[in-house]
Amino acid sequence: MGGTMGHLLLVGRLAVRDLRRRRVEAALLLLAVLAATTTLTLGLVLRDAASNPYLHTRKVTNGPDVVASVSQPVALSGLEQLASAPGVVDHSGPYPAIPAKLQASGRTSDIQAVGRDAAHASVDQPELVEGSWVSDGGVVVEAAFAGALKVHTEDRVTVNGRAFRVVGIAVTAASAPYPGTSCVVRVGCANGAVPEDQAAALPLGVLRDPGLVWLTQADVRSLAPDPNSLSYVMNLKLADPDTAQAFADGHLSDGHPGDGHPGGTMPMRTWEDILRDATELAGDSQILLLIGAWLLGLLAVASLSVLVGGRIADQTRRVGLLKAVGGTPSLVAAVLLAEYVVVALVAAGAGLAIGSLTAPMLTGPTAGLIGSAGTPPVTASTAGLVTAVALGVAVVATLVPVVRAARSSTVKALLDAPRPPRRMGWLIAVSARLPVPLLLALRLAARRPRRVLLAVASIAITVSGVYVLLVLNAFLAGQPGTGGYQDAQVEVLRHVLGVWAVILLCLATVNAIVITWATVLDNRRSSALARALGATPREVSVALAAAQVLPALVGAIVGVFPVGFALFSGINAITGGDSDRATLPPPWQLVAVVVATVLVVAALTAVPARLGGRRPVAESLQVELA
Amino acid sequence: MSNAANTNPANANTDANAPHANAADTRVADMNAASMSVLRTRGLRKEYGRGDGLVRAVDGVDLDIGAGETVAVMGPSGCGKSTLLHLLGGLDRPSGGEVSLNGRRIDDIGERALARMRRTSVGFVFQSFHLMEELTAVENIELPALLARRSPRAARRRATALLEQVGLADRARFLPSALSGGQRQRIAIARALSNEPSVVLADEPTGNLDSAAALDVLRLFERLHESGQTLVIVTHDARIAATADRMISMRDGAFVDETRLSGGTGQLGVFIGLED
Repeated sequence: MGGTMGHLLLVGRLAVRDLRRRRVEAALLLLAVLAATTTLTLGLVLRDAASNPYLHTRKVTNGPDVVASVSQPVALSGLEQLASAPGVVDHSGPYPAIPAKLQASGRTSDIQAVGRDAAHASVDQPELVEGSWVSDGGVVVEAAFAGALKVHTEDRVTVNGRAFRVVGIAVTAASAPYPGTSCVVRVGCANGAVPEDQAAALPLGVLRDPGLVWLTQADVRSLAPDPNSLSYVMNLKLADPDTAQAFADGHLSDGHPGDGHPGGTMPMRTWEDILRDATELAGDSQILLLIGAWLLGLLAVASLSVLVGGRIADQTRRVGLLKAVGGTPSLVAAVLLAEYVVVALVAAGAGLAIGSLTAPMLTGPTAGLIGSAGTPPVTASTAGLVTAVALGVAVVATLVPVVRAARSSTVKALLDAPRPPRRMGWLIAVSARLPVPLLLALRLAARRPRRVLLAVASIAITVSGVYVLLVLNAFLAGQPGTGGYQDAQVEVLRHVLGVWAVILLCLATVNAIVITWATVLDNRRSSALARALGATPREVSVALAAAQVLPALVGAIVGVFPVGFALFSGINAITGGDSDRATLPPPWQLVAVVVATVLVVAALTAVPARLGGRRPVAESLQVELA
Repeated sequence: MSNAANTNPANANTDANAPHANAADTRVADMNAASMSVLRTRGLRKEYGRGDGLVRAVDGVDLDIGAGETVAVMGPSGCGKSTLLHLLGGLDRPSGGEVSLNGRRIDDIGERALARMRRTSVGFVFQSFHLMEELTAVENIELPALLARRSPRAARRRATALLEQVGLADRARFLPSALSGGQRQRIAIARALSNEPSVVLADEPTGNLDSAAALDVLRLFERLHESGQTLVIVTHDARIAATADRMISMRDGAFVDETRLSGGTGQLGVFIGLED
């Protein structure tokens, strides 16, 4: 027991001291894992970000388990019979509803106006967030719709040309918030943008993105041009909410043949349907963020692999010392691994905190539900998954160099012998025919093929992310008119893509600099030797930069095709998207991405490469001797 | 002891009692010396640190090395021998004084020009060989020629010839890790000769070798000397110093003694007892 504790203490002390000794590297390690854990947290938190407020709203308003509607008074009896159907324990309604036009602040919108009693309803009593409940001449506006229209209580609006005063703003669980409002009127609704070529085919009078308002029943009836134009809606509470879908399926045929629905079916929406509509946007955001998190996780593995490789190369003598004083290979591996486990745990904690705090910015513009969407809880499963991914990234990136170091010869480790470079004979032969900077660059790259592969992978992942961003951005720019999102939703998705882009590009930048610096440090001797043999500082600097730019060029091309293309197809497959509606970037844009990537990498690597090319030759050669 | 008066080997062979020449004569003499010297330094200094921590690694060295001459620089560890060699080859910048190679000042030229000068006029041999581990013997030797933009074919032809010259033609495709220390150093010497430099600067070339390997390297230097190659060798090894035309002793960054060795070439055989 004491021995184990002693070991643990030793491992912990050595790991922490080494991290403190190399603070900049430790900070870069932390940054790389933090980017992945933050994005993953955002993705996971968003899963709950919309559903929690909906469930809260459902509880507060005693939301219905099933909302049934008929579109003609003649079918009203069928609707009323549902109130006494088996399994129904409570109901409210039926309430009359009409399609109408609302004018506010100079803007006209389609609405569904539902007539309600002034008295409190036992099922679906919308919760007021402002003002009071309906009264004659007073309208209550659904909160998300009010937000979109920018109307407040006491504002004046007109419904079908008649003036009303906004008396309240409320939320409900009987419909998804605007613009996903459930349709209960006979004329039908077209939610989301409709492509121009299909707009003409829509039935006459169909409501486009209707908002929801509540009036008194008397006002609704007086606004109806004739009693037959009224639709009716009833909210049902079941004994077991989980049977809502079965209930709806069982009573689908209870409609009236003259109601206008095929085969006399009665439209019903379950609370699960409404929940799905209410959380659709958050779902799309979540998918984008989770895919972003995986991309960032892969980038983090690339960053860590390079950083860890460099650190462990520098720790060779320390490994030798540990083994010389009796440390077993497993102790050495534990000490080396412990550093990265500590970093991963800190990154997981920080990522969970940052992700949950920033999630509100991505949860939508809606005030259509109660309960703060801005403070979704971090569940144990989210915390566990984020921590596991952070540890996984650290272990995957560090295992190979750690095991290699732990199994190295003690004598060689004490001599601090550098790991011999790889030889690629064909590349050396080809490079002899190239100008000096390219000759040196190819030979530098060939010395560490794993690092080149990491650089290619890092750039390919970044460019594939940029490719998808371009496609999605073009898709969102075409809204409305081609897809299913409103301006506000487009804004939210743009935020998500923005977060994606910023984190992705930051991590890729860190990667490019880290890989270049690792190359500079690893090639101190060969660079100095090349200069001793007559290469100019400029030739060495250009070679060091070119050794990064060449993999960047390959990575950028591969990142566009096939990786970018595959990623976009993957996103489509996961989201059930219609790739035919998305426009792939034009060739000039793809060429521009490749060229820009190469230029950015060249710019990022210029400074480290210049520093590497100008290190004093004698000093570098002497250091190797020492 | 003043370096200017007593540590200038160029002056060491002049008559100490000769009347002082006037300034014009001195300039003419300097110009003549410069035109004859492959390497020439005047008041060469290299300092590190400042204030109390100031270290004079090379302290006011005057030196002239003629074409085809072999000069051995000896002295205890840390006396500034290697630093001097780096200054002579343009690997390091002096803190003061002048260095000329083939009559051209190199202490005040840019890094690019220095690199070109090293490429064409200087060959380096290091104690720890400094071969590229991933390149074969022949690829290591041809590297300076490729850096000097010779055609790959010409570079390879020259490298193959040099391999034969150092007796390692059968090791052309061996990696350094598969060669002995002596063989590695011979490859390094062949590499130093790749661009037919005016001067070869060798820093402790036998420092990492056993006796037998050191003997191989000594023989190689002997042959280079015979062929008229200018050589400056920093060494602890008295056997190498014995092959030189001149032996200069250094201490605390300054020259303290100079010995002109009679005969020069052929001393090796005598020294190691191979000849009478």
